[in-house]
Amino acid sequence: MNHLEDEQLTMLYYGEASPPPHLEECSECRERFDSLRRALSSVEMPAPERAAEYGAEVWSRIERKIEKPRRRWLVPVAAAVVLLLGGAFEAGRLYQGGRQERRRVVVPVAESGTAERILLVAVGDYLERSQIVLIELANADPNTALDISQTQDQARDLVSENRLYRQTAERTGQAGIASLLEDLERVLLEIEHAPSMMPPQELEQLRHRLRDDGILFKMRVVGANMEKL
Amino acid sequence: MKWTDEALVAAAKTGDAGSFRKLVERHAGHVFQLAYRITGNEQDAEDAVQESFLRAYRQIGRFDGNSSFGTWLYRITANCALDVIRKRQPSADDSMRTVLSDSATPERAAMSGEIRDRMEEALGELTPVERAAFVLRHFEGMGTAEIGKTLGCEPGAAKQSVFRAVRKLRKALEPLASGVISK
Repeated sequence: MNHLEDEQLTMLYYGEASPPPHLEECSECRERFDSLRRALSSVEMPAPERAAEYGAEVWSRIERKIEKPRRRWLVPVAAAVVLLLGGAFEAGRLYQGGRQERRRVVVPVAESGTAERILLVAVGDYLERSQIVLIELANADPNTALDISQTQDQARDLVSENRLYRQTAERTGQAGIASLLEDLERVLLEIEHAPSMMPPQELEQLRHRLRDDGILFKMRVVGANMEKL
Repeated sequence: MKWTDEALVAAAKTGDAGSFRKLVERHAGHVFQLAYRITGNEQDAEDAVQESFLRAYRQIGRFDGNSSFGTWLYRITANCALDVIRKRQPSADDSMRTVLSDSATPERAAMSGEIRDRMEEALGELTPVERAAFVLRHFEGMGTAEIGKTLGCEPGAAKQSVFRAVRKLRKALEPLASGVISK
């Protein structure tokens, strides 16, 4: 006689399976089921009580964070600078060609005007924030699914900023920066459209891609050069 | 007039923070209870509660209404609670026992000594994912498919987590429940 498995009894207890005819016929399985039922019905995990005003307390803790404006001032500033710049940027050379090849990054600012500096600071800040997002994913535990919903919100914001900077870089002849921003946009879009709960295998694929494309390395190099300006 | 969750969610989606506040006030108690059961620790539960509502606020535009707001929020809470455990220390699997033994509360004290000890010992044997899966199944009444969706794993893996948790708890509690060990 095939007795019921423990798993079947568990599913039965939780109402995820119908009682099989065998349970009626087999006293041994009925006894095991009763025993399981007694054990599970004794499970308690009491939580400390919370007062009636607890919800208001929670709200007061999160209210400031919710209403705090996000750091977006650089975007309109950069947008204004785009208008000022015209063709003032001198074309710079960034790593071109070979993906893994490290080359000296030069981001010349011909006249070192204030407008150019503001824009480069904005791009530097943008790359720094993007790096944080990518590093968080690159360092995540590869063995468990990861809730990236918050990261996706950040990625969405970064994508819209990215376009502004990339178009400006293209218009002003900053081919290297434009190319980096294009690569970055692709990665950010991938993150934005991934499942909010990213399974380990997808997370691993993304980590591989980040490593193979060398995008974090490129961002560090460009960011470091901008800091020197 | 008591607003329904649906009406509050619709208003919150337009940016009405007051409506979101009402949702927080309405659900905070249950969110805390769930977070506490998963983390086994009051401070961690409070961190998870806060993060859950912040995450819910940011994501409310994506809430499609296919489930109740509560169900959606509790899914977020389960994940936040797991994140808190994982951040607490790299090898979270080993941490639960310590946390539980340190978390004496009046509610725990009210349980008879031996039951409490065995319960804590058994809970300490569970990995964070097993514990979360068990809490969602046993206390929240979620089906294993929904647990899988919540925890980001296949339904089969969620089912196995529940089975493993039940097996460990049963091993510890059956002697008590059948009266083999005096209470």
